[in-house]
Amino acid sequence: MSEEKWLLTLVVFLPTAGALGIALFVRDAGRVRRFAAGVTVADLALATWVFLLYAREPGGFQLAVPYGWIPLLNAHYYLGVDGLSAPLVLLTGLLGMCAAFGSWNIQTRVREYFVWLLLLQTAVMGVFTALDFLLFFLFWEMELMPMYFLISVWGTGRKEYSAMKFLIFTILGSAFMLVALLAVYFSTGTLDMVDLGQRDLTNLKLPAQLVYALFFLAFAIKLPVWPLHTWLPDAHTDAPTAVSVMLAGVLIKMGGYGMIRVLATMFPEVTAQYAGALAVLAVVSVLYGAVVTVRQTDLKRMIAYSSVSHMGYVVLGISSLGAAAGGANALGLNGAAMQMFAHGTITGLLFLLVGQVYDKAHTRHIPHLGGLASRMPFTATVFLVAGLASLGLPSLAGFVAEVMVFLGTFPVWGWPTILAVVGIVLTAGYMLWAIQRVLFGPALERFAHVKDASLVEAVPMVALLLVIVLVGVYPAPLADVFNAGAEQVVLRFGP
Amino acid sequence: MTLRDLYLLSPEMAMAALASLVVLVDLVVPRTRVLATLAGVGLLVPAALSVLLWGEVGGEASGAVTALSGTLVVDEFSLFFKFLVLGIVGLLIPASVDYVGRFLRSPGEFYALVLFSATGMMLLASTTELVSIYISLELTSLPLAVLAAFLRDGRSSEAGLKFLLLSALSSAILLYGMVLVYGVTGSTRLEEIAQEVARVTAGGGPLFQGPVVLVGVALMVAGFGFKVASVPFQMWVPDVYEGAPTPVTAYLSVGSKAAGFAVLLRVFYVALQGEELRADWGGLFAVLSVASMTAGNLMAMLQGNIKRLLAYSTVAHAGYLLVGLAVVAGGGGAGEALLGPSGVLFYLGAYAASNLAAFFAIIVITNQVGSDQISAFAGMARRAPWLAAALALAMVSLIGIPPTAGFMGKLYLFNAAVQNGMAWLALAGVVNSVVSAYYYLRVVRSMYLLPAESDEPVRASAPMVAALAVPVLGVLLLGVLPNLLLEVAQSAVGTIQPPG
Repeated sequence: MSEEKWLLTLVVFLPTAGALGIALFVRDAGRVRRFAAGVTVADLALATWVFLLYAREPGGFQLAVPYGWIPLLNAHYYLGVDGLSAPLVLLTGLLGMCAAFGSWNIQTRVREYFVWLLLLQTAVMGVFTALDFLLFFLFWEMELMPMYFLISVWGTGRKEYSAMKFLIFTILGSAFMLVALLAVYFSTGTLDMVDLGQRDLTNLKLPAQLVYALFFLAFAIKLPVWPLHTWLPDAHTDAPTAVSVMLAGVLIKMGGYGMIRVLATMFPEVTAQYAGALAVLAVVSVLYGAVVTVRQTDLKRMIAYSSVSHMGYVVLGISSLGAAAGGANALGLNGAAMQMFAHGTITGLLFLLVGQVYDKAHTRHIPHLGGLASRMPFTATVFLVAGLASLGLPSLAGFVAEVMVFLGTFPVWGWPTILAVVGIVLTAGYMLWAIQRVLFGPALERFAHVKDASLVEAVPMVALLLVIVLVGVYPAPLADVFNAGAEQVVLRFGP
Repeated sequence: MTLRDLYLLSPEMAMAALASLVVLVDLVVPRTRVLATLAGVGLLVPAALSVLLWGEVGGEASGAVTALSGTLVVDEFSLFFKFLVLGIVGLLIPASVDYVGRFLRSPGEFYALVLFSATGMMLLASTTELVSIYISLELTSLPLAVLAAFLRDGRSSEAGLKFLLLSALSSAILLYGMVLVYGVTGSTRLEEIAQEVARVTAGGGPLFQGPVVLVGVALMVAGFGFKVASVPFQMWVPDVYEGAPTPVTAYLSVGSKAAGFAVLLRVFYVALQGEELRADWGGLFAVLSVASMTAGNLMAMLQGNIKRLLAYSTVAHAGYLLVGLAVVAGGGGAGEALLGPSGVLFYLGAYAASNLAAFFAIIVITNQVGSDQISAFAGMARRAPWLAAALALAMVSLIGIPPTAGFMGKLYLFNAAVQNGMAWLALAGVVNSVVSAYYYLRVVRSMYLLPAESDEPVRASAPMVAALAVPVLGVLLLGVLPNLLLEVAQSAVGTIQPPG
């Protein structure tokens, strides 16, 4: 047990150690890349170990040991995972690795770039493992500066505008969260998220609905939920490829994770009360996101908007908790969690592919692209599979998640669910249309020089593809762990 | 006066002696490095004496020893500030070596004046009697006025004169307030004032029926408001900050603010207790607090000069700090009410670290590029990666983003506000912190995103690197392990409760 106690600390801070190592010792750009990649691979190995170590049978929080941190605020250094967070830790490790490999083409200020990227990974890992509210907030905020720099320095297009917009939205959300967090803390005197998840928080110093709304705003901005999503297309479009991968893959999952961990677990009554509103927001996000996606001509922006649509399913799954007393089941919540994982891998992969296309063809404007399949067969094949996964083809990851969401939510919110299914149709429409326009059609003369992905570039693609297929074909190992976490949450909604 | 009194006063006396010694040595060896080394190493004497005193009153033996017929007190609270001032001066001296050597003609006087002013600050933390408070304030301010004019150019002279005049004006106002309070209570000693207030409040006597005490308190608030740079007494701040030599600006922004708050806490918490009176001045501070943070932040947005920007930022931070005094109006219990002052103490430490880090980096950069404009910081991330990182960290800490000392300071202060039922004050603080991100990040943006004007690297000298490393590490350390200072602050405010 002794080494396991330190396992999570290691998972969270190994990237930081790597970043320090790069800042202090590694100078040569090539070495920096290899070193950073090595660190992320090691972190992925550790994250996988965490995932495998997590015992589904007893469930609950594991690998968790609180240490005194700020006694005067009753804050602890308290890391741990449950069924909900263990897979997300794995996802973060996976995408962190992909992001490092996906950054091989970064040429300017290489050291600085990887320092920020690794710090970002620590922040996200920290959010998923922190069980002390203050620590959670600390990690939540820690993600700000790396993202700001990564977008504004290494991005493209209106990068500074996008970075600032991201920053302001997020800071605003964090400010709401801080106020809500303080309200909870002052009313209960504890910051222990496990403890808070078992208490009755209906009588706070502020009305529970207000606290709930503040938390909701913070998480809804991050997820993002319509109409708070406007930062996301900008940030995604202008961020460098690997940062888009991290952003779509894990950063916005922090919003979904927060909704389940904080909103659903700590405020079941309020969640049940407002589940209808959640369902409506979810459906609007799904449909609005999908409709806007159809209209995009920038390939990257298209994927970005599709994220708004797909994250709507996460909210939809959570809204299924609002069933009349006794009817709540874990299916919808499981679906939401699965959707987070599936979307993380699929969209992460799609952004990598868009990066490939842009790197080689030097344009992301869909009408200007075409016939790339003959020039880059490997990339095109992966793109096709990722696109199919995104539209929910059975036997790929997206299908499992979406089916669970729909099955879990339909008994509770009939019409909203039916409307949300329309989103799938739209997804199929824009995805296939885009793939057809970009990859197929006659080979164009101006892309004659385009080469396929190199070995280093192929590594993250293959890794993500494998996971997508694996989860699609045999979801049980993942779903069981998620279920161990989801069941605990559902218990909060009464028998 | 007994030997014992001398012993209790020894840190201040050692400080004044050191200042005089620096002037004397300057006559023989007028070299900056020698004088700076003397001043820096000499600080160890008052520091050691303060440690001795801490052994007597600090920790387990927690208590207070009065000296000179009760006009001075040595307790954890005053020693906290003595160490803070010693720390600030101890960092300022090595950090200013290059600047003094390059721009200022008389290093001996410079260091001597810094030390004299520090003597005043240390005394301020100890005084428990209105007249000695006034004298210590003057001892703090007068050297600062000279220091502000030390560059001897137009702007610097203007800064010195402005500081002198407004400082005199505020002292006069303060004195008038003190006179009124003395006239009503019949004593200048804080403890006796407190007893009188308690007696009258208990008996419902006639003394407080009229507005005299309230006017006196309001005038004292105004007088101290100048010293801590709170709205609406902040108008001297931008011009003085801009015109004064940068090390002096740094000193002003952290040293005189800390001393000002030390005496504010002492006067208001010890002397002016009593339910009704407390609600009055607490409410007044709450209004000043919100006004300061809002006005400071809004004005800072418009600044293109980094020293002016930090000047308005210091006004905003005075606002955050005043939250710690305003919370008494909330009517929480005694335990909760003490969260305010301990929050102020911690925040002062955090603010000193952040602001010193910022100013030290600014000193190096502006010396090299020869301009105080934020636009001149363009591309510093490449010309001086470590300096830029230090300055960026300081800015992040001033915004209050974790994991920095600034975040913990704000968290703890706002915690005090909410615990005392003044959640709206905390909310105002949080909203203001978000707003402030805009202008602090402009500095970061300039350094990291804009192209450099030249590729020439900017280098800091060895003493500067050492001086800069301490506050930078402090910002991070307090951001991750705030307990180190929080516990000390918590224990230090135990001795400023009203008697009985």
